[in-house]
Amino acid sequence: MAKKRILIKGGRIIDPDGDFDQIGDILIEDGLISHRGDAQGSSADTVIEAKGKIVMPAMVDMHVHLREPGREDKETIASGTTAALRGGVTSVLAMPNTNPAIDSPEHIELLSQIIKKTAHIEVLICGTITKKREGLELSDITALKKKGALAITDDGSSVDDLELMRKAFQEAKKCGLLVICHSEDKKLSGDGAVNLGFTSTRLGLKGISKESEYKRVARDVELAKETGARIHIAHVSCKESIEIIARAKQQKIAVSAETAPHYFTLCDQAVLGFDTNMKMNPPLRGKEDLEAIKEGLRQGIIDAIASDHAPHASSEKDIEFDRAAFGVIGLETELAVAITELVEPGILSWLQLAKAVSYNPAKILGIDKGKLSVGSPAEIVVISPDQEWVVRKEAFLSKSKNSCFLEKKLKGQVIYTIHQGQVKWSL
Amino acid sequence: MRWKRKDLLDLESLSLQELEYILTTAASFKEVTGRQIKKVPALRGKTVVNLFYEPSTRTRVSFEVAAKRLSADVINIAAEVSSVKKGETLIDTGKNIEALKADIIVVRHSASGAAAMLARHLKANVINAGDGWHEHPTQALLDIFTLREKLGRIEGLKVSIIGDIAHSRVARSNIWGLTKMGAKVTLCAPLMLIPPGIEETGVKVTDDLDQALSEADAINVLRMQFERDEAGAFPKAWEYFKTFGITEERLQKAKKDIVVMHPGPINRGIEMSSEVADGVNSVILEQVTNGIAVRMAVLFLVAQAKNGKKANSN
Repeated sequence: MAKKRILIKGGRIIDPDGDFDQIGDILIEDGLISHRGDAQGSSADTVIEAKGKIVMPAMVDMHVHLREPGREDKETIASGTTAALRGGVTSVLAMPNTNPAIDSPEHIELLSQIIKKTAHIEVLICGTITKKREGLELSDITALKKKGALAITDDGSSVDDLELMRKAFQEAKKCGLLVICHSEDKKLSGDGAVNLGFTSTRLGLKGISKESEYKRVARDVELAKETGARIHIAHVSCKESIEIIARAKQQKIAVSAETAPHYFTLCDQAVLGFDTNMKMNPPLRGKEDLEAIKEGLRQGIIDAIASDHAPHASSEKDIEFDRAAFGVIGLETELAVAITELVEPGILSWLQLAKAVSYNPAKILGIDKGKLSVGSPAEIVVISPDQEWVVRKEAFLSKSKNSCFLEKKLKGQVIYTIHQGQVKWSL
Repeated sequence: MRWKRKDLLDLESLSLQELEYILTTAASFKEVTGRQIKKVPALRGKTVVNLFYEPSTRTRVSFEVAAKRLSADVINIAAEVSSVKKGETLIDTGKNIEALKADIIVVRHSASGAAAMLARHLKANVINAGDGWHEHPTQALLDIFTLREKLGRIEGLKVSIIGDIAHSRVARSNIWGLTKMGAKVTLCAPLMLIPPGIEETGVKVTDDLDQALSEADAINVLRMQFERDEAGAFPKAWEYFKTFGITEERLQKAKKDIVVMHPGPINRGIEMSSEVADGVNSVILEQVTNGIAVRMAVLFLVAQAKNGKKANSN
């Protein structure tokens, strides 16, 4: 299958694999990067002039709810992966809290068929830890792995039963599967709606304590230490969780962690006014947590940035705050938000950003992505770093519009997204 | 000053000037309610809808009387007999009421933020008559109005709010209003009923009733809402009365002319003895009377804002 030759000319190439940050050309042939450096004299079918642009690996977003099968009114694999392309994402890990939940090889098969027919990017499969995500009975973890799951998670819920979680970790360890932990003690978070503290008091809403998150992070880390399982803490939102993860890493426990753009951009004061687009789980925390998240990213304690893209219909959001659904979309804004909030103020270098959004998540998931070395698959995003744009509801390609960044001015625009050596999206 | 707000949703966002303006307007309406003919034509031809999703007699009737004294037409909707039970959303209900050409919607709802949400989606003026644990602005305004009438000022006064602060919208609105106007506010409750971070508003917190009473110029005693005790963690009624109940005996240690307020309805013998509720320090019934003037002022002002807006755009 002969594919077009694409030449990306004169861009600032950011390759986290080998800390490469230089102006140069990239030649793509047969879906792979065939040449990097000075490509003068090379012929190409398509030439992308990238002078003044950032050329980096396309994002690997390891926390995405595509809602299919089950809630195709909110998002489908087709619509979600189109949105991903616009955002510079060419690999996503699809969360298994669909209907049916991805808790068996049969359901993986069902999902794989939809992916094969409709996905515009690579959709990676994640199974559940327990059947129907009920936290009562383990899924057949080895069978999920054999059928192609890259990880397991009950995301949306934590497995409360310590003994069951221990067994899950042991099983995962046995077959070498990653466990992604939605670390939340529901007994502590209850039916809270916002961060517990002055903000919940001002709003008269029930609070979700930080303790409900970090105590469960501590438990999961402890279990990882004991069983040797490889775990990944999803959507870290508070300072205490980062401290626990930092200590675990010092002790060489196999733990990685992600945060989402809203946790390093917004704090709980954004909820004042009862905007349900500011309602997510875990909730937006305090200012000092926001600062700790940035610092955690800078130091690499938090390995990855993932969107936790969670589409919801407006009928589930345009209602009373305490009854509204948790979650926000993020695929189309995450890269620009990260550039605006992290690269622009000098918290992360471009190399560090590329690590957090592509190289590290690829490594955690064990896929050959997130790099621009010769021979690597051509998964590339070309960014206009100074171009400003405003997040508009009408412009979203996602089926849902529940963004917490509506009307926000962002810096950094994705102008080309290349997947499997082909330009799949351009501005 | 000129009133610009289309809605009254809370006291937190009001400026001191706006608070003063409502109270001054209320004072002139109080004069009206003392006349032989208690009605003025200020809102003639306007329709006020009381949309109540929670049972309420006092607040609903007070708004109804206030609107009628301003010559508005009043429609009362109690949620249990409306289409709410058929699954209609709050926004849809609001839009339908608006489509019936209602000018002002007074809303009471169990969800914090319900009034704010309606206000965002409607052109009609929205007045918050209590939303969840969030705010009950007109109640606090009438408390403050009564207090100022009794003591001549708010600035520098020591006011203790006693009872279940955590679940009280009345407490929150009073805290914002009183602190903005320069009162020194103390909250007194079992510590489990003090919401987190409340000290950031500038209030003091204690669980010692004698301390809360000792220097207070006024107390505002909240109703114990035992129905909110999902976890079964509240003190028992008798236990609460023993520790936090306001009795004549407890008041002996307080200032002689301390003003005793209660937003009602009172649980006699739980947060307050009958002797105190009916005693010389109590202004509980005056609060009810003043509620009408305050709500007339609020109805009148938000309606002005809307008229002003229309006049500008034409």
